[in-house]
Amino acid sequence: MTEPLLSLTSLTKAYPGVVANSDVSLSIAAGEVHALLGENGAGKSTLVKMIYGLVKPDSGQMRMNGQNYAPAEPRAARAAGVGMVFQHFSLFDAMSVAENIALGMENAPKLSALSAQISAVSETYGLPLSPDRIVGDLSAGERQRVEIIRCLLQEPKLLIMDEPTSVLTPQEVDILFKTLRKLSAEGTAILYISHKLEEIRTLCDSATILRLGKVVGHCTPRETTASEMAEMMVGKLLQAPTRAGQTAGDVVLGLTGLSAPAPNAFGMSLKEISLELRAGEVLGIGGVAGNGQDELLAALSGERPVAQGMISYKGEDIGPLGPTARRQRGLLSAPEERMGHAAAPDMTLTENAMLTGAAREGLEKRGFLDWPAATRFAERIIERFDVRTPGPTAAARSLSGGNLQKFVIGREVLQKPDVFVVNQPTWGVDASAAAAIRQALLDLAQNGAALVVISQDLDELMEISDRFAALNEGRLSVPRPAQGITVEEIGLMMGGAHGMEVAHV
Amino acid sequence: MDLSAINPILFVAGFFVAATPLIFAAIGELVVERTGVLNLGVEGMMIIGAICGFAVAVETGSPLLGFGAAAIGGAVLSLLFAFLTQVMLANQVASGLALTLFGLGFSALLGQSYVGVKPPRMADMNFGPLAEIPVIGPVFLSHDIIVYLGLALVACVWAVLKFTRAGLVLRAVGENHDAAHALGFKVKRIRTLAIMFGGACAGVGGAYISLIRVPQWTEGMTAGVGWIALALVVFASWKPFRLLLGAYLFGGLVQLQLNLQGAGVAIPVEYLAMSPYVITIVVLVFLSRSKSAAPGSLGRIFHASS
Repeated sequence: MTEPLLSLTSLTKAYPGVVANSDVSLSIAAGEVHALLGENGAGKSTLVKMIYGLVKPDSGQMRMNGQNYAPAEPRAARAAGVGMVFQHFSLFDAMSVAENIALGMENAPKLSALSAQISAVSETYGLPLSPDRIVGDLSAGERQRVEIIRCLLQEPKLLIMDEPTSVLTPQEVDILFKTLRKLSAEGTAILYISHKLEEIRTLCDSATILRLGKVVGHCTPRETTASEMAEMMVGKLLQAPTRAGQTAGDVVLGLTGLSAPAPNAFGMSLKEISLELRAGEVLGIGGVAGNGQDELLAALSGERPVAQGMISYKGEDIGPLGPTARRQRGLLSAPEERMGHAAAPDMTLTENAMLTGAAREGLEKRGFLDWPAATRFAERIIERFDVRTPGPTAAARSLSGGNLQKFVIGREVLQKPDVFVVNQPTWGVDASAAAAIRQALLDLAQNGAALVVISQDLDELMEISDRFAALNEGRLSVPRPAQGITVEEIGLMMGGAHGMEVAHV
Repeated sequence: MDLSAINPILFVAGFFVAATPLIFAAIGELVVERTGVLNLGVEGMMIIGAICGFAVAVETGSPLLGFGAAAIGGAVLSLLFAFLTQVMLANQVASGLALTLFGLGFSALLGQSYVGVKPPRMADMNFGPLAEIPVIGPVFLSHDIIVYLGLALVACVWAVLKFTRAGLVLRAVGENHDAAHALGFKVKRIRTLAIMFGGACAGVGGAYISLIRVPQWTEGMTAGVGWIALALVVFASWKPFRLLLGAYLFGGLVQLQLNLQGAGVAIPVEYLAMSPYVITIVVLVFLSRSKSAAPGSLGRIFHASS
């Protein structure tokens, strides 16, 4: 085998209190699609940030094309032929596609010339994109295309992709994979970060698995089963959530023609959503981000009350009621964003427990707060949901994403809701915590609550839903039994590939 | 009441003079806010510029040197703000207010020996026979060079923001500082430079008041122009040419107020004095419908957590 394109030797990076990467070595050949696997917090992001020059390693060596490679900043990395597509897109909403792309280039040509280049590259790689559109108006898949084209225009030798498929429909994933395969056939190496194992098995030539900052194994994904890789990632066998089959009860929540205008310029309006939810049932709602998920949650939780007659709860019209009134009646919800929406980051866990628990847990008496009871409630959440924290006086901000998510979900679950609406229950949560959260949701349904689970993780929805529906442009598809539904069908329910066509190459 | 006492030509020509301090202060602040920094210290930087410019002009006898000193004075004071907000990561609103209070006090101290002194006069531009054209001559071509510099500056800022890579990067930093950082742009350096530019512009605007518009030195003589400039940036929804328009509108209101007083109209001055703010509030109400106008990172503290 010839000299690898990029080789890392014993890279180590420590932050105060945590070793993000310890003695990490790997090598990538030209044209290879190399997967970097690991749970959240395993050190994947830190590792690629070092390759991209955003973070300096404490020790260790990187070599590119046989030469020492130590980028001081992303500019140097780009000059050396490294491109990166970020997990959270680094795009500027108020600017056009062409302006966004120009910002990521060293010697950007004039905007008119650049627009022509963008059109040419998007044609070649089957990623249609209009250079004049404002990025804030684009779908998540289109935004990702902006990032990819930005990288491709630099003709990178190594393309780093940080969880690129988490926001895409299955059809968009297919198109992305075609693009990546074409790139790899042209000799571009791809470092692909994901924790979706099946994807890695279809796409990647080799994989490096990280756990707690250390390399715990290399494998060839095509010859390894998903469960073997999962075991290497987590270090133990995962228990899949279980539930006993049961019959659905009475209708508890009914939506009739639920419509609401978009909350802001970049939001989505809800259009004529109708459905019936029965006690003991889990309704999974899929869809690409930005198709009305946040707005639907806000309408159901009461954050944005809707017109009379649109939402009925146990026969009562609750459309115009606010969140507290709905909570008192037993309709609880947990929004997607943990920091700042589901929890107040700078307040303690006790205070956060008080915020949503006051009404149902009797933490408030004639306008006065019962702090000892709130502390007991917080302690119960911490214990029951295995939240790793020094105690209820810790600030919400100090918890890791997974732990805070367990707290936020646990806080609602322990209030014994009759209807529970949750958006992205396991977003950014590692596999074992995600399994615990899903089990808690299923237990809730088992005990007769009705659940609406909005998520972008299709595997998760398939695992826990009784029925499945998809949001597309603010419209909800007709719910179908989740049993036996295929990925293609789901993709079509989600609105296909948003007008994308595979390039004719 | 005798409206015939108002000479329409002098009245309109007065717009330019009244608007120039506003234009300078506001175009500087516009650039600063476009990088995502909210500097409420415009009033303080203006008054420091006013006294620095006044003192140097009196000592050297050259108004142009005075304007240069005013720019330096404003920029130096703004460095204090840059240090507080970009290095110490202090709250921008509080730092800006502190800057204004500090500037007002410090300028009074510097200016003690200059009260009652007359500054050297700045010559008007000589446009030769063009200035003889009726109406157009006296309205447009009878001003000093700073007025025209202000207009040129607005055009420059517009062109830089719209057509150059530097302007693109500047807007990017203000739009989403985290993304700009991820692309490898030096957020703090760009912001510090913008803050200094804003300080220099505010200084020149202040000196225009003390050297040309009034011309003398009294404590607190900027009298709220800095605040109007801040309102003007929002009014203009961060667009240079709308800012120019707004500056003439606001400057015109000031001019109108003076003229009406001279004509003995019985409208309390306070109504006109507060009109810029009322207009800004009304505009803000309409603007808030489309939040996309304001730079995305405006007023947020940038902390590189890599």
